[in-house]
Amino acid sequence: MSGKTHVQTTINGEHTDFLCEPRQSLLEVLRDVVGLTGTKEGCNDGNCGACTVILDGRIVTACLVLGVEAEGAEITTIEGIASGGILHPIQQAFLENAALQCGVCTPGFILASKALLDENPNPTEHEIRFWLANNLCRCTGYDKIVRAVLDAAATMQEV
Amino acid sequence: MHWIDYASPRSVKEATELLAERGERARILAGGTDLLVLLRAGVMDNVDLVVDGKSVPELNEVTYDPQAGLTLGAAVPCYKIYNNPKVTQAYPGLIDAASLIGGTQIQGRATLGGNLCNASPSGDSIPVMIALGGVANIAGPSGDRSVPIEDFCTAPRRTVMQPGEMLVSLHFPAPAPRSGAHYLRFIPRNEMDIAVVGAGVSVVLENGTIKSARVALASVAPTPLFVKEAGDALAGKPATEESVRIASALAQDAASPITDMRGTKEYRKHLCEVLTRRALLTAIERAKEA
Ligand SMILES: Cc1cc2nc3c(=O)[nH]c(=O)nc-3n(C[C@H](O)[C@H](O)[C@H](O)COP(=O)(O)OP(=O)(O)OC[C@H]3O[C@@H](n4cnc5c(N)ncnc54)[C@H](O)[C@@H]3O)c2cc1C
Ligand code: FES
Ligand code: FES
Repeated sequence: MSGKTHVQTTINGEHTDFLCEPRQSLLEVLRDVVGLTGTKEGCNDGNCGACTVILDGRIVTACLVLGVEAEGAEITTIEGIASGGILHPIQQAFLENAALQCGVCTPGFILASKALLDENPNPTEHEIRFWLANNLCRCTGYDKIVRAVLDAAATMQEV
Repeated sequence: MHWIDYASPRSVKEATELLAERGERARILAGGTDLLVLLRAGVMDNVDLVVDGKSVPELNEVTYDPQAGLTLGAAVPCYKIYNNPKVTQAYPGLIDAASLIGGTQIQGRATLGGNLCNASPSGDSIPVMIALGGVANIAGPSGDRSVPIEDFCTAPRRTVMQPGEMLVSLHFPAPAPRSGAHYLRFIPRNEMDIAVVGAGVSVVLENGTIKSARVALASVAPTPLFVKEAGDALAGKPATEESVRIASALAQDAASPITDMRGTKEYRKHLCEVLTRRALLTAIERAKEA
């Protein structure tokens, strides 16, 4: 057994095939093989959440998933969040609340927040903080991120 | 990461054959939240095959029966455990552990089987699994066997499993009437840290008296520590704080923690008493409501 494996997935709603080595993480595959560089690498060991993607309906850190494990999976990355040039309400709320500075953590926070609001459309601040504990931000101090998620939740309930 | 091969067997037999063929060089992959970190860190350079446990049906099983108890496949991730209403209802102690391993993303992958097989002294689910009287169902080239969870870990990162063997599932007896369990850990923040000390306990009550109890600790010895004498001391005692203090003192005596960056051994000793006491008091409250 050696060489590359052919993996079939659906990424952001599109059927996507790729070839990868078994040792390559889903993060490496997304960035270096598929060319979706919106997913960021921070720690590469599961702590920072910068690489968060939605895998079969659950958020995971893509650095702790092997590319080969994604066979048959549905994956959503940050590139799949806006639709037709219109920002998702969570993205809009991050902008309006200045919930980012350098932006490295932002794709991960947005994916994690989306998964939260899909499951719990009206979370408390406490619930937001616990849900986002696997995402680190070295710039904002978190408060603006939490406000942005609260705002996004309110906006999304209006529509 | 060095080169590894990947296999996704469809049966326990196929998986154990692969494991037997490569011996120490093969590892089961469950959620990968320990394994991939260790492989990448270069501390498992001898490993050249990961065998995906998630492709084996038995490892994904979650079956609860009020008489037979709970069978939890070794590859079931934490979120599937705490999102299962039957398990949440019957085993709140297990839910305490499943919902505090890592954060949301880690819980989307991490399994209790992996937590046990990783055999870290700080494995958060292990004390409460011991307290619940859990059993590890192991399969291997020379057949199946079951090992009580308190006997599973033998040293840091070492278990009773021999080359070729794998964990198939964890089994927990049905909760007795008026029983309760709890896991409590101390960390310096609210989430995402390694237990300075953890205490997993269970109690069974009968007419205001403690019928039986079990106590186990994390991060106070080279393996998760079952403190049989602490639970035994509670049998026949009234379900009061006074009784609980006897057990928590025994738990403290049994612990032999070390000093490291997370805490001194004196501080850990102190925590053993506090956490065992608080965990037992919560377990008693839960048992009264059960
Ligand atoms: C950011 C982060 C936070 C974490 N927080 C915590 C925490 O709060 N508390 C805690 O206890 N742990 C924590 N961990 C460690 C880890 O998530 C847990 O130990 C988890 O339960 C491991 O499960 P897994 O399914 O990912 O195991 P894996 O990584 O897949 O496997 C772990 C080990 O067990 C072996 N193994 C797995 N399944 C089997 C099987 N069926 N048969 C034989 N061997 C098997 C593997 O070969 C490997 O050696 C954290 C890890 C990260 C990255
Ligand atoms: S890069 Fe994956 S969690 Fe940090
Ligand atoms: S905006 Fe820089 S890390 Fe969060």
